[in-house]
Amino acid sequence: MRDRQALQDARRAREFEAFVAGAAGRLLHAATLLTAEAPDDNPRARRLLTLALAHTYAYWDRLRGEDPYDRARQHLALRFANSAWHQYGGPLSRTRPHPRSALAALTPRERLILVLRMYEGVAEEQTAALLGMPTERVHALCDRATATLLHPPRKAAATVLGAKVAPS
Amino acid sequence: MNRLEREAATRRIMERTPPPVPPDLYGEVLRRGGRMLRHRRRARRLLWLLLCAAAVAFTVWAATAHPWVEPPSTTTPPIVGW
Repeated sequence: MRDRQALQDARRAREFEAFVAGAAGRLLHAATLLTAEAPDDNPRARRLLTLALAHTYAYWDRLRGEDPYDRARQHLALRFANSAWHQYGGPLSRTRPHPRSALAALTPRERLILVLRMYEGVAEEQTAALLGMPTERVHALCDRATATLLHPPRKAAATVLGAKVAPS
Repeated sequence: MNRLEREAATRRIMERTPPPVPPDLYGEVLRRGGRMLRHRRRARRLLWLLLCAAAVAFTVWAATAHPWVEPPSTTTPPIVGW
């Protein structure tokens, strides 16, 4: 009994180390895009990634042929979606997107959809199912986020900046 | 700019400057993941133990109390002395 468990632990550790070595860089990049932090100063993205990978590790023996990368990405996206409102730049949060982040001009939900659809290449239907919204909404949000990213609205940025400076 | 070009441009913007992976990430993940695993294992063991204890308790109770035997009647008094 003990022997079998030790063997299983060793096998899990070996497989998981290979998985982390391959996937951590890409997932950390995705997480940093989500939290809109600077690439070299991203404590929140690291925390997000650590929790997602720990969850994947705990579920490793029950994956049953499922893709662990897919599992980790799903967990990451859902954890971000559930805490986006109060932690990652929602209207009530205390943290602001870092200006050096590529996606600083977008809202957390737009970032999430853009990262899932464009950076990770998840299909529209799967994104919609994961986030529990209609496919058309995902399509529209993705289009809007793309447009905002490629043509940043100068006037809107100025008013946002003004609102931040003005005491309220 | 059509859709494909826009998507390609978006991908290019997002793929700039990948963040460096911190070296202590793996250890931290193992620590947290191992703790989750141990907690879950302990909880499962506890639930199995509880189930077994309940089964044993029920068996003992059933063996001593015989709940399936009809209780002796209390309306008719026992016939004695004739």
